[in-house]
Amino acid sequence: MERTLIVFCHPALEKSRTNRALIEGVADLDGVTVSDLYERYPDFLIDVKREQDQLVEHERIVWQFPLFWYSTPSLMKEWMDVVFQYGWAYGRGGNALAGKRVKAVVTTGADAGSYTAEGFNGHTVRDLLLPLERSARMCGMEFAEPLVFYDALKLDGGGLARAVADYRKWLKEGD
Amino acid sequence: MANESMFVSAFIYLVAAVVSVPVAKRLGLSSVLGYLVAGMLIGPFALRLVGEEGQAVMHFSEFGVVMMLFLIGLELRPSMLWRMRLPIIGLGGSQVVLTTLAVTGGALAIGLGWQMALAVGLILALSSTAIVMQSLQEKGLGGTEAGRSAFSVLLFQDIAVIPILAALPLLATLPAAGGGGHDGGGNVLSDWLSHQPGWMNTLMVLGAVVGIIFAGRFVLQPLLALVAGTRVREAFVALALVLVIGIALLMNSLGVSAALGTFLAGVVLADSPYRHELESDIEPFKGILLGVFFISVGASIDFSLVAGNPWLVAGIVAGLFVAKALVLFVLGSFAGQGLDQRLIFSLYLAQGGEFGFVLLGMALSGGVLDERTCQVLVASVALSMALTPLVMLAEEKLVRPRFGTRVAGEREADEMAEDAPVILAGVGRFGNFVARMLRSQGVEVTVIDNDSEHIEFLRRLGIKAFYGDANRHDLLEAAGAAKASVLICTLGGEEQVARLISTARKHFPQLKIMVRAVSRNHEYELVEEGLDFVIHQNAGSAIQMAEAALRELGWRAHRASRAAKTFARHDHAATRALAGDHRDETTYIKRVRQSLSELEELFEQDAKRRERESATPWDAIQLRKDSAAGYPDAGGAKDGD
Repeated sequence: MERTLIVFCHPALEKSRTNRALIEGVADLDGVTVSDLYERYPDFLIDVKREQDQLVEHERIVWQFPLFWYSTPSLMKEWMDVVFQYGWAYGRGGNALAGKRVKAVVTTGADAGSYTAEGFNGHTVRDLLLPLERSARMCGMEFAEPLVFYDALKLDGGGLARAVADYRKWLKEGD
Repeated sequence: MANESMFVSAFIYLVAAVVSVPVAKRLGLSSVLGYLVAGMLIGPFALRLVGEEGQAVMHFSEFGVVMMLFLIGLELRPSMLWRMRLPIIGLGGSQVVLTTLAVTGGALAIGLGWQMALAVGLILALSSTAIVMQSLQEKGLGGTEAGRSAFSVLLFQDIAVIPILAALPLLATLPAAGGGGHDGGGNVLSDWLSHQPGWMNTLMVLGAVVGIIFAGRFVLQPLLALVAGTRVREAFVALALVLVIGIALLMNSLGVSAALGTFLAGVVLADSPYRHELESDIEPFKGILLGVFFISVGASIDFSLVAGNPWLVAGIVAGLFVAKALVLFVLGSFAGQGLDQRLIFSLYLAQGGEFGFVLLGMALSGGVLDERTCQVLVASVALSMALTPLVMLAEEKLVRPRFGTRVAGEREADEMAEDAPVILAGVGRFGNFVARMLRSQGVEVTVIDNDSEHIEFLRRLGIKAFYGDANRHDLLEAAGAAKASVLICTLGGEEQVARLISTARKHFPQLKIMVRAVSRNHEYELVEEGLDFVIHQNAGSAIQMAEAALRELGWRAHRASRAAKTFARHDHAATRALAGDHRDETTYIKRVRQSLSELEELFEQDAKRRERESATPWDAIQLRKDSAAGYPDAGGAKDGD
């Protein structure tokens, strides 16, 4: 099985239901490593070497986060800023990430209908994640179709269980 | 070999110390009691390992007291001494006057002439600086209200020795016995002095005091600097000893308390940069001499005399304790002390003191007291000193639990035990921050501290606060240790910390134990113990200070902040890596060097990377170069520059 690194990013997990259920629901899978960014770097001082080494050891990368202002929580951006270094991830001699596959696993507060060209938000989630996609491509990674859990604030009981099952299924079987 | 007997007795005394102190500690008793009992055991009335020379050893080791006062002086800056003038004069002065009156009254009542009675009163008014200071320190009570008051009183007594020494000859009613004073006499200066009128004597004393103050400022400091400059450690140690011994000799020949002289010298040097050096050099000598002194007090108790006059001696000792304790208790309430503090203050200081022996020697040779009275009093004072640790123990175990603040009532105790998840042992300056921060987050904290004034204050603020020794398992239990999750220890003494850890681990294994370390070595030891969290007491604030300095030097805040965090993280990791080795000095030093070079390397690497490209992720030097050279990928990701 492919080794998968879940780079998990949630600033207030204690208040979250959906992201907590998702991350707890997949942490036990074989070959899955969970890296809880806000728990490991509460001071935003990211250990670049450690993160780079960890990335190298996994073939598949997951960025799991709630959508904040059509983007990632801030620590996720900091992580990309400092870990994806010139000469390591991109640029001259930078090919450490080349060939890996990366997937965004995103929760949104609004429902699926709002994330369409006609809907309230005016863009699909895939479109909004364009910076992530470009960054992945820049580093020679393949950017898979994001796995989006809409309406996350209202998910409970059966809906939550289904979401976890979908996430597990994807991790085990791939696209 | 002429020295052989000296070696034999040194051997015996030191063996007694080495055996008795660990045993006493094991039994939960103070080291002072261990020394005293050891003295009784090796003395002429039990094992007979030491004989009459016990007195001589005592006089010699009294020097430990002199050294102790030098060290106390070193701790006390002149400004601090000035701030303490009110309690010293108020509490100390009233104690000496009132106790003298009380004891004199008692002596008159049993039929002594007024001169003798007054002499006895003056002599017995003094308490034992050695025993009290040592015990206060050992029990961690030095910083409490009672501890500070006790210190003030002891200091006044030590000063009062001078006028008492001067006044004693005026009370003579018997022909002078001549010689025999513990100073040994025979000194040209003291011979000459003894033939001078009283005012001359007083003048000389004043001159000596002023001389010490001036010499301290203008001679000693440059001399210390000179010797320290040679970087030969034993030369500095020798100078420290010369200093203390020299002042003691000078003061003795003037007939003044040597302890007072060295105390003054200590105060004068408290502001000097060599203070810590002096402290650490004198400390071991003081420790051993004080131990030997306590042993010799134990050995010098004339049990045959006691056995011959059991009721007389018992009466004197009991009367002395009661009279002194009563006076102190009343003074304590005038000083506004709480009940517990008053109990400690009055019971700790209720014995006779080592200066009593000196004065008794003088009184005998000066024809103030007759030989039998003197012997009875020497035995009584020694016994009262030997009983003091027991009185302290009784106060701690029996009196305080019943009458003290501790737990105000059963109901309250239940309430307190309820649900605070955090127990904080020790609320000094450090602990205060911990408690405030946690409470600001709505986390309840139960506090244990042995300063009752502080505890009362915290209770008024609505904080659950317990008074007492945090090492006691029943007190921890009452504070809810069985249900709490975290025990935070900010106690001062390393020994107390160690005791708390072992008690907590034994009785409350579920507790996470978090400890504030007082030094590097302490931190290593604690890390080695495998505690849940250990932090050096200065780590946080020191690094913050350095960070602020970088900002003052013009660094951008973010850069300074990252440097500080990186440093803190490396420091934390290095401490953990070093912990296992700190006992083995050679590897320890090697590892420290390695750790230093690691740190150096870390920063060098940073500097190099900064030059090369991206030590901090936002440096764009290489990017710029490559971009200029026309590399296709160079733009894109970090376009900003």
